[in-house]
Amino acid sequence: MITSYTRGRSETGEELKLQLYHLTKGGPRPLDMEFTGIGHQKLLVLLRDGRKLLGLLRSFDQFANVVLEGACERVIVGNLYCDIPLGLYVIRGENVVLIGELDLEKEELPSHMTAVPAAEIKRAQKAEREATDLKGSMRKRMEFLDFD
Amino acid sequence: MTYLFFSYFKDLVGREVTVELKNDLAIRGTLHSVDQYLNIKLENTRVVDQDKYPHMLSVRNCFIRGSVVRYVQLPPDGVDIELLHDATRREARGG
Repeated sequence: MITSYTRGRSETGEELKLQLYHLTKGGPRPLDMEFTGIGHQKLLVLLRDGRKLLGLLRSFDQFANVVLEGACERVIVGNLYCDIPLGLYVIRGENVVLIGELDLEKEELPSHMTAVPAAEIKRAQKAEREATDLKGSMRKRMEFLDFD
Repeated sequence: MTYLFFSYFKDLVGREVTVELKNDLAIRGTLHSVDQYLNIKLENTRVVDQDKYPHMLSVRNCFIRGSVVRYVQLPPDGVDIELLHDATRREARGG
């Protein structure tokens, strides 16, 4: 099946609209995500490695390949978070877990969370990683005790 | 390639389901659409364990890639067992 998506201006002018062309008739239709307003809509893309990317949707296809403009990675450690700017990102579909449309009227994060600079979040991230590593190695050493 | 489950999920559009992902994230929402890969679009979503996933707070509608879904929890009355039995038997006979 050949399916292609192109982006063009709608006849009414301003809004970019997604157009879907099916070159074969009656074939299985990939889920049209109905993301209109490309370039205006802020998305959260969750990746398989747990990373959270935010950005404006530029394009996507039937494999869930996504192009994000002005992308940033949101790093969350406990109650701290930081948005690290990345730029234009092309994400291969197989790494995508979920694509969420953000409700701009709602708070993006709970109010008890605080924004911190990138250096601080990197430190917190490292500390968290070391703590989990330590827990893992302790568990391994105590395995002979057979708890659970 | 069988379309049995695709058609089955299509019949569930508009119903409230809980989708549990392979990364243990569970999302409840109204099934908006589904496609041949069993990709799922949910509306009015809420995450079952909100405190654990604060970044999902403002997500109202979402697209979930079919390949990362572990379970779809269905409304009990959304399962027509007779119909599924029939369709499965037909499939097994090869037509």
